[in-house]
Amino acid sequence: MAGGGKTPFATFDLVRERVLAGVQEPQMRRYALVLLATGAGLLPLMAGAAHAALPKAQTDGADTLLMLMGSALVLLMTPGLAFFYGGFTRAKNVLNTMMMSFFLMGLIGVLWVVIGYSLSFDLGFNSPFIGGLGQMMLNGVGGELGDAPLADGFNISATSFALFQGMFAIITPALISGALVERINFKAWFWFSLLWSLFVYCPLCHMVWGGGYIGPFGTIGALDFAGGTVVHISAGVAALVSAAIVGPRSTYPDNQRPPHNVPFILLGAGLLWFGWFGFNGASYFAAKGAGLSFLTTTASASAALLTWCMIEWFVDGKPTAVGAATGAVAGLVGITPAAGFVYMGPALVIGAASATACLIAVRIKASIKFDDSLDAFMVHGIGGTVGALLTGLLAAPALVPADYFPKSAEILAKGGNIAMLGAQFQAVVFTYGFVGIATLVILLIVKATVGLRVSEQDEERGLDFVAHGEEAYDPMNG
Amino acid sequence: MKQITAMIRPSKVDAVKTALVEIGVIGMTVSEVRGFGQQKGQVERYRGNEYKVDFISKSKVVLVVTDDKVTAAIEAISKAARTGEIGDGKIFVTPVEQAIRIRTGESGDMAL
Repeated sequence: MAGGGKTPFATFDLVRERVLAGVQEPQMRRYALVLLATGAGLLPLMAGAAHAALPKAQTDGADTLLMLMGSALVLLMTPGLAFFYGGFTRAKNVLNTMMMSFFLMGLIGVLWVVIGYSLSFDLGFNSPFIGGLGQMMLNGVGGELGDAPLADGFNISATSFALFQGMFAIITPALISGALVERINFKAWFWFSLLWSLFVYCPLCHMVWGGGYIGPFGTIGALDFAGGTVVHISAGVAALVSAAIVGPRSTYPDNQRPPHNVPFILLGAGLLWFGWFGFNGASYFAAKGAGLSFLTTTASASAALLTWCMIEWFVDGKPTAVGAATGAVAGLVGITPAAGFVYMGPALVIGAASATACLIAVRIKASIKFDDSLDAFMVHGIGGTVGALLTGLLAAPALVPADYFPKSAEILAKGGNIAMLGAQFQAVVFTYGFVGIATLVILLIVKATVGLRVSEQDEERGLDFVAHGEEAYDPMNG
Repeated sequence: MKQITAMIRPSKVDAVKTALVEIGVIGMTVSEVRGFGQQKGQVERYRGNEYKVDFISKSKVVLVVTDDKVTAAIEAISKAARTGEIGDGKIFVTPVEQAIRIRTGESGDMAL
């Protein structure tokens, strides 16, 4: 295999030789030793998670239908997000902003079917950090007729699960776009979201939901019902890092403009709330019990909307439409990791707490003049973190059955909610670290190859025309 | 012939039109414009961020009348557009050299 020729292996060998030559240096050798030791330390973790024995079950029609309906709802969140974000930007950038979300229904939609699902949920690599390649092209998923159950103990079909998870994979990178609008090069966005999805989302998804390191079958045993860590903290942290690397818009902070279309923001927030019934609600995986996760979801959103508006009313004198929309989204983010693990009281508390924390974060951001343009970190990062921690503190043991959440149930039984908070905290810190570093590396690669920003002239002209050759509002009748 | 240009509140356009038609004015042109005078814009707040909106929406009404109707037209506009608050707008009067009706070729007062 290593025998010369212009094969990819030849390149690999060249790289390997250079690395080995480097290892001869004493300094490098020391690093190599440290790396090796770390690797050896991780080996026991690589052994794969031991799944508890679950009963064999038939695919159930109602449960599978819940997943199909849920998938359709979650899909609608991406155009919803496009409207939510699009309303905030200048009129000359609205199409580009919306495309940053909408386009991913194409790019990530294909990526998920081809390899994303496999990297997230296959067990081929037998690793707690990444899935495998055995289910590329969804090969074998759902059996010959596509109606086989997901796994022992689940009544939903594997195909409906793959579809449902794909919708999550699409919206997660879309959330990041809020930090980068009005200045990022669309080509850079293409490559960034592709690489980020493969090397950040899929591994994290495996770690939390694929039986990996963070989740209820893994070492940490953290609870994440519908994506507090996988979707919101990861998108939020990626947004924070990318806003820092890409830098502020040339007009920030001196020439800021108010949102160009507040009704879009309300429309988007409404679609997001509607879609979140699928996102959180259907994550119950069983139609009979899903009423609980539907209820906690909407209760938290209501509490958060109310909280945000009341704070504005007291502090600024007026409740705002943008505040109502943002508050609702903050509450939906907050309840995401908790939706199936808490009852109504805690759901209301999580909503109110998420809204308060996000509102404070948004105002701090504005005062330190950091251009996370549409508050992607302030809402998803902070809301996700508050939700993840409160999930530990407020989870009801009865809703964390040991056969589906073995490690988490054990933590709750031994140390109660305080111990669970500890596990959640570990999961949050791990996610911040992993996502932060991986996002940074991807950004630097994209920056070095295709560049991250458009020129200042193009920024001034407006990205709708520059990136797509289109304008949102008829330029002939403008 | 005089041209009357009135910068008024958009919410007063209908009232101004009605008042002008009542005194016998038979045509005018209205456009949406942005600007500021003593009102000096307004402050809006989104997600706690304050934005100073300097140019606020106004309506510009343009009409040309015969000299004998100028005073009545100004009175009609002033009365209909006034709220007493800052931001009611202004009226400018300028002389017009000639007016021609394109369809018939009539000119002068006949064309109005």
